[in-house]
Amino acid sequence: MSPLSRRDFVGAGIAAGAGLVIGFYLPHRGSLEKDSFSPNAYLRITPDNKVTIVVARSEMGQGIRTALPMILAEELEADWKQIAIEQAGASTLYGDQTTGGSASIRTTWDPMRKAGAAAREMLISAAALTWDVPGSACTAESGHIKHSASGRTLSYGDLVDKAARLPIPSDVPLKASKDYKIVGQRLARVDSPAKVKGEATFGIDFRLPGMKYAVLSRCPVIGGKASSFDDKESRKIAGVSYVGKVGDSAVAVVAGSVWGAMEGRRVLNVTWDEGPNKDFNSTPLKNTPTMARDLPDFSKAAVLYSAGTTPNVLKLNQVYQLPFMAHAPMEPGNCTAHYQSSKCEMWIPTQVPQDCRDSVATAIGLDPDQVKVNVTLMGGGFGRRLEHDYAVEAALVSKAINAPVKVIWTREDDMRFSTYRPASTHMLGATLDGSGFPVALRHMIVAPSISGQKGQPTPNNVDPDLPDEAGPVYGIPNYSIQYLMTQTPVPLGWMRSVYAMQAAFALESFIDELAVAAGKDPLKYRLQLLAKDQDLPYFTTTWHTARMRGVLQLAAEKSGWDKPMPAGRYRGVACFGCFQSYMAEVVEISMGNDQPKVHRVIAAVDCGQVVNPSILEQQIQGGIVYGLANALRAKITVEKGRIVQGNFDDYAPLRMDETPTVEVYAVPSAEAPTGIGEPSVPPIAPALCNAMYAATRKRIRALPILNS
Amino acid sequence: MADLTLRVNGSEKKVSVSPETPLLWVLRDTLELTGTKFGCGAGLCGACTVHVEGNAIRSCSTPVSQVAGKNVTTIEGLGANGLHALQQAWIAEEVPQCGYCQTGQIMSAAALLAKTPNPTDDQITQAMNGNLCRCGTYERIRKAIHRAAGNGGAR
Repeated sequence: MSPLSRRDFVGAGIAAGAGLVIGFYLPHRGSLEKDSFSPNAYLRITPDNKVTIVVARSEMGQGIRTALPMILAEELEADWKQIAIEQAGASTLYGDQTTGGSASIRTTWDPMRKAGAAAREMLISAAALTWDVPGSACTAESGHIKHSASGRTLSYGDLVDKAARLPIPSDVPLKASKDYKIVGQRLARVDSPAKVKGEATFGIDFRLPGMKYAVLSRCPVIGGKASSFDDKESRKIAGVSYVGKVGDSAVAVVAGSVWGAMEGRRVLNVTWDEGPNKDFNSTPLKNTPTMARDLPDFSKAAVLYSAGTTPNVLKLNQVYQLPFMAHAPMEPGNCTAHYQSSKCEMWIPTQVPQDCRDSVATAIGLDPDQVKVNVTLMGGGFGRRLEHDYAVEAALVSKAINAPVKVIWTREDDMRFSTYRPASTHMLGATLDGSGFPVALRHMIVAPSISGQKGQPTPNNVDPDLPDEAGPVYGIPNYSIQYLMTQTPVPLGWMRSVYAMQAAFALESFIDELAVAAGKDPLKYRLQLLAKDQDLPYFTTTWHTARMRGVLQLAAEKSGWDKPMPAGRYRGVACFGCFQSYMAEVVEISMGNDQPKVHRVIAAVDCGQVVNPSILEQQIQGGIVYGLANALRAKITVEKGRIVQGNFDDYAPLRMDETPTVEVYAVPSAEAPTGIGEPSVPPIAPALCNAMYAATRKRIRALPILNS
Repeated sequence: MADLTLRVNGSEKKVSVSPETPLLWVLRDTLELTGTKFGCGAGLCGACTVHVEGNAIRSCSTPVSQVAGKNVTTIEGLGANGLHALQQAWIAEEVPQCGYCQTGQIMSAAALLAKTPNPTDDQITQAMNGNLCRCGTYERIRKAIHRAAGNGGAR
């Protein structure tokens, strides 16, 4: 690719095969201020009138292969039926291909629209030239350009050669939301039929001729190493062809079948050097944590947000705690690698194809451009596949045996060798005025840094995720949010909604406690705190109290908050904003055997323009089910340096019998779309705990709720 | 190793595997029927659900020797003549998100409808509670089962 100027569009030209190709720049998450842009997706229209849109983000269930092309197709005035989707692998053409941070739609909305619109205008110009009429007399509709005065029509496919020779317009008109025909529709997902037929190829399903299978024995103690191994018994298992160290902390068993490799590992005898963490235990959490006796050094805390002046001493104080948690996507980790001396090709379910490429290149001594990464479908991601461990393992094993190999993790591997949502402690304090509303509030977040632990930059001692996930909610006159970075040996990872789940649980539980202290209805209390229109600037986002008030009012209305609950039913509310979206949730429960049964959740969201309401509903329902499992049971503990939990019995996700009805309501909006994969997670734990308080007058201040 | 004859989706298949090998891996690795998924290896998640003589079983915890000579149906053989009513309902209700667990979900639902053509909510919950979905699609799964039942879903 030639060096590219800082414009929205790279250029048009005749691609391999005839057609109109438009590459376009997409800013990636977090680099909006930077002046470097790079092409991130392609639109290809061929003479057969097929429109191919390359999706350079990964499909992990969030519907990106459907929603992202909808945006481009809208401006293109394409017929949705003529759209074909292509999945991009790791490439230098697409900018940052990371799929995470609820970012795919919000960061590609403008460039995708502009790319579609530019192509549309070029097709109009091409038709106008063909007919020798002014472009303004032509219109684009359903994959055709029409000249209504003469009744003539040409398909996009008819016009590609001529359009490809035209200059790319730099400033094209974009459609008004009222004219949308595709965006905002409940279009069927493109990936559903293959998934219900069992034909969809997830990473674990991919196979190559002659491929071997490998499972790895990893040191059970965090940070330990493999000293030596005895593979005598493993070699007796039918099909086992290789046993060898992978890196310094694992031993791979390779066989002709997954089962053979698993059996070979079962009887493998490894001597471990347990290393520095062999006596490490995670701290047990209590349901009513008290202020730590040895307070951390708050002078080292970073100020994330500050309005007015929050005094050091506040009158009401509480502490909230959350444990480590595991993502546990349904598809266990896996990667297929084929190393061939000067190149290596990978097939992997990943949220970070480029990181996989780069890490693999380093690990096996190749240049990044000698490593080809193909992105498969993912059986869930939730942030677990932002890591590249599977890829490196597969490449190393393939190099060692000089053959194609698929590395497969078992469920126990996934649970015990994952990266975990950081455990955190939150100290909140407030002083109320005579009417019971806070004049000052401080939220101190004490947690290790995911990025910091991975050696990535943490400017000013702020974990770089916090700007998206721990912003202010209310226009409290003196309001401070602070962050104190701690250390842990437990491997950390980004898990759905990342720090927002922690921040929301603490803040929204505390606000409920303040409402109780003030003797006020918790929902009306929040509305009062949001009554005044205020802009709350927080890093690069400005939170608007009016929009938060809007989702709370919508949730109140749809839940019938003004009507009393029937006997035995109780409800709680919470609201929070993250990834630029606003979310309020009302939870209805009953209690039995001291345990909550969640019957109904009313979720109201303001995420700007909704691209596909069905996918939005999926993401919110899914986030709430995921968040309920986190709130009720999710807890990873460490004993003697070993992760205790191993499978879905001791780390139990929600099942159908615990799943409530979730009603989803979106505030009508023509604002640019914002994140939707994660914002429904944070409010659910505090809303549930607040409902439990309404039922029992007992306050849960440490998760999980069902803490054994 | 043992030479076994399986009857999978109506066809006889001869395999030579260790008799204790879980049916799951014979289906996936030997017969290349990858619609049946590996999720937990312990019968806890239901992603590996297939039918043996019409009953939903967890293939990850079933030694292949136990099903020799019996009729095994996987997702690939569910809709003998095009899509099964459940698969159609799954598409109509837009159930799948990541989709990984959905083949197992559909196999459990198909075994339910074969015996209980018009299940109540409680019967659906009872039949489906062994199938995990981390994307949280349970509500749409329930709707899809009702939809298929309404369309004569026992087929």
